[in-house]
Amino acid sequence: MASMLTSKWTKAGVFLASLGPLGYLVWKGFRAELTANPIEYITHELGDWTLIFLILTLCVTPARRLLRQPALIRFRRMLGLFAFFYACLHFSIFFVFDHFFDVAAMLDDVAERKYITVGFLGFVLLIPLAVTSTAGWIRRLGGRRWQRLHQAIYITAIAGVVHFFWLVKSDITRPTRYAVAVGLLLAYRVVMWFAERQMRPQPARSAGKLSPTGGS
Amino acid sequence: MLIKKSSPFEIPYSEVTPQSEYLSRRKFLTGTAAAGAGLAAGGAFAFLLGTEAQAQGGRTKLTGVTKSSYSTEEKISSYRDVTTYNNFYEFGTGKDEPEQNARNFKTTPWTVVVEGEAAKPGTYDLDRIMKLAPLEERVYRHRCVEAWSIVVPWIGYPLSALIKLAEPTAKAKYVAFESYYDPKQMPIARRAGLPFPYVEGLRMDEAMHPLALLSVGMFGEILPPQNGAPFRLVVPWKYGFKSIKSIVRIRFQEKEPPTTWNLAASNEYGFYSNVNPNVNHPRWSQATERRLGELFKRDTLPFNGYASQVARLYAGMDLRKFY
Repeated sequence: MASMLTSKWTKAGVFLASLGPLGYLVWKGFRAELTANPIEYITHELGDWTLIFLILTLCVTPARRLLRQPALIRFRRMLGLFAFFYACLHFSIFFVFDHFFDVAAMLDDVAERKYITVGFLGFVLLIPLAVTSTAGWIRRLGGRRWQRLHQAIYITAIAGVVHFFWLVKSDITRPTRYAVAVGLLLAYRVVMWFAERQMRPQPARSAGKLSPTGGS
Repeated sequence: MLIKKSSPFEIPYSEVTPQSEYLSRRKFLTGTAAAGAGLAAGGAFAFLLGTEAQAQGGRTKLTGVTKSSYSTEEKISSYRDVTTYNNFYEFGTGKDEPEQNARNFKTTPWTVVVEGEAAKPGTYDLDRIMKLAPLEERVYRHRCVEAWSIVVPWIGYPLSALIKLAEPTAKAKYVAFESYYDPKQMPIARRAGLPFPYVEGLRMDEAMHPLALLSVGMFGEILPPQNGAPFRLVVPWKYGFKSIKSIVRIRFQEKEPPTTWNLAASNEYGFYSNVNPNVNHPRWSQATERRLGELFKRDTLPFNGYASQVARLYAGMDLRKFY
């Protein structure tokens, strides 16, 4: 298992698989199977895949710990960048086909419609994460600060789910599924955060006795 | 994986029509033949005024239909688009779901109750509805509140024909409509998040307007289930959800009737819901629309392009307030 995870072929496989949804849309396009309203269909599909990749990215840390497979970290950046990739496509379709490159009209839409406001916020927050996803940027920012910054993905994931909830007219079945997934993944982080705080030696009086070298 | 992508196959098998109930091609042909025999015998579909229906390959043609001067010259949307892209929440909220889930929708026998403030209330069967007035083909623009639109060659007659027959009293200020609802035939409806049966309403003068159509068909044939079989309302100057489908009750009343989408979200959907590019829906700009089959959006016209015929109905009304 571990050797399979570290194989470069696995990474190439995950990369190709991540392009699958786009390939599927293109294939359906050639077969004229994009429904009667192709633009809307493509926009919704790309939105779905953005959420799915955000969720997959958020799965990496819990999966590493629960499955005891630290090597899974190799896929996190790629999955995150694919979330950004599908978010870019999702936004581009909206910008080009709904507003035909009219920035002012697009921003009006963003400001006026709260579901677009929150979706746009989630998208914009992904941009610095994508930019600073390289090893060079991790070094430049320092691990701690880099991690802090990249916790913005939590906000994007919540924004994405809210975006979907506010978009649908009355049937909330599908946004609810995403909400449950994101909710569980964020709850895991909250639980771990509390657990780690409990495990850590108390920094007060008793801590001083236990670790004479102190914190630096 | 935690998330399962929703697909047309997401309905549990328990909700799928048992295979035994599916009509095989052979059975279907015999069924058609039987229907033909019944037609000859009972004259169930023998229409007055030279109108008759002929079952052909599963789609029933309507004949003796005259063209109407109310028709637009615009390019008619493709039959496929009009029959596979539907909002009929009783049969699922996905656009393609009604076409799949309504295939076995039972529309015979069918009766509609006409009641309330009228001198001649009554119960009409489908046969009577079909031959109440000469059938006309009317090509109308149809604008959904979700900012997409189609052009449909409806077949029907003015709603006023039915109303006149009932002789509404002076107290009848509004007409209320109700859709058929059967949780057994529409199991997926409980997921829609809307209270059913679906209800709609018009002010009496709107209902009497010559453009308001009682439609029994389209594209030269009877209505497919997903488009509102066996008959529906078509009010072309209002958003599509006002054009209630599969009607079983028509009531004349003094008070403004409740309407389903208004009950669900009153800040989003008003009673009037006239197509108006200047009053935005919180979730969609109504300034533009996407005509199915076109890539880019086009401008939306006041009253969906029917302003010259219907604007006078709303003279003196603040259409921002009465949206």
